[in-house]
Amino acid sequence: MPISIRVEHVNPFISSTMETFTKMVGIESKPGKLMLKKDAKLNYDISGIIGLSGMAKGTVAMSFPKETAIAVCNKFMSGDYKDLHPDILDAVGELVNIVAGNAKKELTEFNIAISLPSVITGPNHKIIEPKDAFSFVVPFDTNLGGFHLAVSLKPT
Amino acid sequence: MKILLVDDSTTMRRIQKNTLEKIGHTDVTEAGDGVEALAKLAGGGFELVLMDWNMPNMTGIEALKKIKADPALKDIPVIMVTSESEKTRIMEAISSGAANYVVKPFQPETLAEKIAAIKK
Repeated sequence: MPISIRVEHVNPFISSTMETFTKMVGIESKPGKLMLKKDAKLNYDISGIIGLSGMAKGTVAMSFPKETAIAVCNKFMSGDYKDLHPDILDAVGELVNIVAGNAKKELTEFNIAISLPSVITGPNHKIIEPKDAFSFVVPFDTNLGGFHLAVSLKPT
Repeated sequence: MKILLVDDSTTMRRIQKNTLEKIGHTDVTEAGDGVEALAKLAGGGFELVLMDWNMPNMTGIEALKKIKADPALKDIPVIMVTSESEKTRIMEAISSGAANYVVKPFQPETLAEKIAAIKK
């Protein structure tokens, strides 16, 4: 019998994001109010995405405005990039990889495996989650700008 | 100490290389996956490997098992540096011969401490 997805399953992704930013980027990230993805107005330039598989499938995405992505990734990797660069894209992918990998240790009932990260760029791009997935968005604020964490989970 | 740094992310290689330089390790060679790692190890002289888990072509755990099965390479300590954080993964790596395990996210001091422990 599939395990039902509950709001509590969101928490590991939120705490993992906060821990990743504190330990590896060196800044604090403050989560805002969780909302269902269908209710969220998302308009970002760059997203890092990880696929989830196992007893739940879905995606984890972190989406940034361009300026925030550059600032956060420069801080993350001690870089000095002024514009989008393959190293910035790699860093966005690595951030979501770390967040998803760290979160799944708290979701052992789903025995989740993660894919290699992908990165999408372009204004107003959309991330399509599995049909009937439980999809939520958490806005985060940092002193380098805001971003969104989007998680979609569907039991298999 | 000649170190092989294996990660498909250029970002993670850069972060780890910066940490290694700060603690005095400047003889660092990079590889982007397990296949490239094994090719570089065949050149000889490495004293430590820092290995990611999830990589294309050949994963870090596959590369670790090949290293430990090779009489010429098996004594080189391998530290897994990975976002694979479950206990079962850690146990799999240690039972496959990993000398230590660093879970991402980590602070630079953690990586430095694990390397220092290997050198003792």
